[in-house]
Amino acid sequence: MATKASRAAARTMISPAVILLLGWMIIPLSLTIYFSFLRYNLITPTGNPFVGWENYYWFVTDPSFKAAMLNTLVLVGGVLLITVVGGVMFALLLDRPMFGQGVIRIMVIAPFFVMPTVSGLVWKNMFMNPVNGIFGHIAKAFGAPPIDFFGQIPLLSIIIIVSWMWLPFATLIIFTAMQSLDQEQLEAAEMDGAKWPSRFIFIMVPHLSRSITVVILIQTIFLLSIFAEILVTTNGGPGVSTTNLTYLIYVSSLLQFDVGMGSAGGVIAIILANIVAIFLMRMIGKNLDA
Amino acid sequence: MGQIQLNQVSKSFGSVEVIPPLDLTIEDGEFVVFVGPSGCGKSTLLRLIAGLEDVSGGHVTIDGADATAVPPAKRGLAMVFQSYALYPHMSVKKNIAFPLRMAGLGQAAQDKKVEDAARVLNLTDYLDRKPGQLSGGQRQRVAIGRAIVREPAAFLFDEPLSNLDAALRVGMRLEISELHKRLDTTMIYVTHDQVEAMTMADKIVVLQAGVIEQVGSPLELYQRPRNTFVAGFIGSPKMNQIEGPEAAKHDATTIGIRPEHIDISETEGTWKGTVGVSEHLGSDTFFHVQTEASAEPLTVRATGERALGYGDTVYLTPRPDHLHRFDSKGLRLE
Amino acid sequence: MARAVSTGQKSLNTAIAGTLGLVMFFPVLWILILSFKTEENAIRAPLEVLFGSGWTLDSFAAVQARSDYFKHFSNSVVISVGSTFLGLLIAVPAAWSMAFVPTKHTKNVLMWMLSTKMLPPVGVLIPIYLIFRDFGLLDTRIGLVIVLMLMNLPIIVWMLYTYFKEIPGEILEAARMDGASLREEILYVLTPMAIPGMASTVLLNVILSWNEAFWTLQLTTSDAAPLTQFIASYSSPEGLFYAKLSAASIMAIAPILIMGWFSQKQLVRGLTFGAVK
Repeated sequence: MATKASRAAARTMISPAVILLLGWMIIPLSLTIYFSFLRYNLITPTGNPFVGWENYYWFVTDPSFKAAMLNTLVLVGGVLLITVVGGVMFALLLDRPMFGQGVIRIMVIAPFFVMPTVSGLVWKNMFMNPVNGIFGHIAKAFGAPPIDFFGQIPLLSIIIIVSWMWLPFATLIIFTAMQSLDQEQLEAAEMDGAKWPSRFIFIMVPHLSRSITVVILIQTIFLLSIFAEILVTTNGGPGVSTTNLTYLIYVSSLLQFDVGMGSAGGVIAIILANIVAIFLMRMIGKNLDA
Repeated sequence: MGQIQLNQVSKSFGSVEVIPPLDLTIEDGEFVVFVGPSGCGKSTLLRLIAGLEDVSGGHVTIDGADATAVPPAKRGLAMVFQSYALYPHMSVKKNIAFPLRMAGLGQAAQDKKVEDAARVLNLTDYLDRKPGQLSGGQRQRVAIGRAIVREPAAFLFDEPLSNLDAALRVGMRLEISELHKRLDTTMIYVTHDQVEAMTMADKIVVLQAGVIEQVGSPLELYQRPRNTFVAGFIGSPKMNQIEGPEAAKHDATTIGIRPEHIDISETEGTWKGTVGVSEHLGSDTFFHVQTEASAEPLTVRATGERALGYGDTVYLTPRPDHLHRFDSKGLRLE
Repeated sequence: MARAVSTGQKSLNTAIAGTLGLVMFFPVLWILILSFKTEENAIRAPLEVLFGSGWTLDSFAAVQARSDYFKHFSNSVVISVGSTFLGLLIAVPAAWSMAFVPTKHTKNVLMWMLSTKMLPPVGVLIPIYLIFRDFGLLDTRIGLVIVLMLMNLPIIVWMLYTYFKEIPGEILEAARMDGASLREEILYVLTPMAIPGMASTVLLNVILSWNEAFWTLQLTTSDAAPLTQFIASYSSPEGLFYAKLSAASIMAIAPILIMGWFSQKQLVRGLTFGAVK
């Protein structure tokens, strides 16, 4: 199906999507890069002079940048660890024969559909509140001092909330991959004398490695942009202890109105995300060929 | 009417030329079969005629009018696809009526034509079913029905029987031939199966690598293959082709003799050989005989049963009036 | 597994998995319970909450009275459904082109489209914010519809592309031979055949837009604020009103929770860009 007429039609039909996405990518992106080289504050008009790398210099040398990078790293790493390990375990469990598997699967997946602001607030108030939260009540029942989650372990608290939200995603994808595993392969391995641990290591893990990689890459891209959960729980605090890169950029640009500084941060965030994206795109691309 | 002419038609995909310029005339009412091994360009040629692909050069003329730039819908041709390409969400009736609906025909006229076509194709009882509820043969008939109602200048068939099982294929073959006799409309039929070509065609076009090797009636191709390729492609089992000193005896590079034109004897003959595998079909028996005449075993057809077994010594004699001779380029010598 | 499993083994599996499922689901379950309690009962110890008195529907009414729940609900509907269908309108022709008239650039275009999805929103926050400010789009529903449409367009194109690829091209060619124009071909043949795929695409994208909590928080304040922003307004000190917060949360997540259960399979396909099957 490739006549000149149909090719011309195809070009016309694809162009709205291409033009829109091109605009969506190029216009804001080039503006961000442009702003990042200006002294540009929304409250104190300075005529926006070109200042070279100054914004980058100040953004990167600010102590909160170092903290934010570290927080971002711990947040992403911690959530990935919990969701991948938990996801494999959940998937293994769900893959076994049981009653009412459909209902159980739905319960496991449900958190993924809860909007981030709801998860943040519900965990913060109903669970992690030291006085009235469930964890507080439990501690009290055992006579232990309640934990002040957002005072004592703020970042870990955020990690717990975000992990709860993303564990379903990891479980669902790994579970899907597990179901595509050829049962005959496992039976052949069993005939060959492989016990369950060997079957897991030599057959299931290699089969799952691809989906686990996908989970890691996709989650990383979303986790780098965690925002709402922090906004409604800690506002980045106490101090900067739960400020990640996204939140730091939000603070400098929309709370301190420093467009130049915020843009410099934005460029850094884009570069970081792109490093992950390259690996993800490669995997998707390979799959397209297959 | 349905006379189709190809003048210097060629097709390239990028830098790959799949069909070098070729000329071909298909007369009105003719049943023409394009046959050749897979990848020979026969389907591409059909799609060029249909207008589903642009020609890279040359002209397609339908009934005397240049159709090269005419979109497929306007060429007045109907096509039956290999996968039948039925619309799965429409009933049989709606499927058959679709071209009429696209042509803006009134509902009453649509119904009338669909009913007529359904009667011809024995589909009357199935009009309200969806394609998914039909057997392979019925789907095939719906696809044909959809083509018939348009009353096209010519029908194009793209390997229409290849998805059917062997028994059904024979039946559909007859039905399509019968349809051709009744409608008397030009049909162009693409297949890789030389049996289909031989049994259905008025005219066979043998293609290899986009080049027309020979055009002719089934018997012409069988009796006077123009080259070694056609000689090997037409006829089943394949013609035996012998090179070397045996061929030189007949002043040729290659000689060919069909299995049915070799006499087999236990006592005397031209070539002495040993029986290898034999295939018993009841009506005929095919012997694969290793001889000194050629490196490859020769296939020999004997009618009925012959009491010959593995390892028996036999003598083969080709009938001289059925011997085909080819030169060093593989072309037929008269 | 084709092997018989003992009922005991199966029960044990069910118990373990069920417990884990309950743990994961518990927060949702808990706010459902709290939403039917009075405020003073909602902050009691868990067992007292469960077995104590003080069941009421007042919280739901209070949420509507305090912050006009239905306004935000309708904003969420308009924004998520609007952006999805606008996206569909642009994506269907694009996906048709790539699926049925592939060129040697098709793969690159597709990959490029996906790559725009990987751009962190915060990287373009400032320009978008300023453009919105200058064009008067801040806190408007149309502004969010546009942004969320652009955010999800790559996913919509991608999903439609994978569904279209499963439709044999011969059927569209048959329609063309039968005299259908391009418009008729898409309208009468492709679209009906792709309905299931389109439905899943719509479902997933409505869910994603409904829960989107970066742009909706940054670009709205009140008039166009969807439920994400509405819930965020409970962050303090209203968050201490457990029953009302629960009622508001339940109302915000219930529609999507129900839709989500119907779209589990499509979720994998849509979110992994086909990298996991």
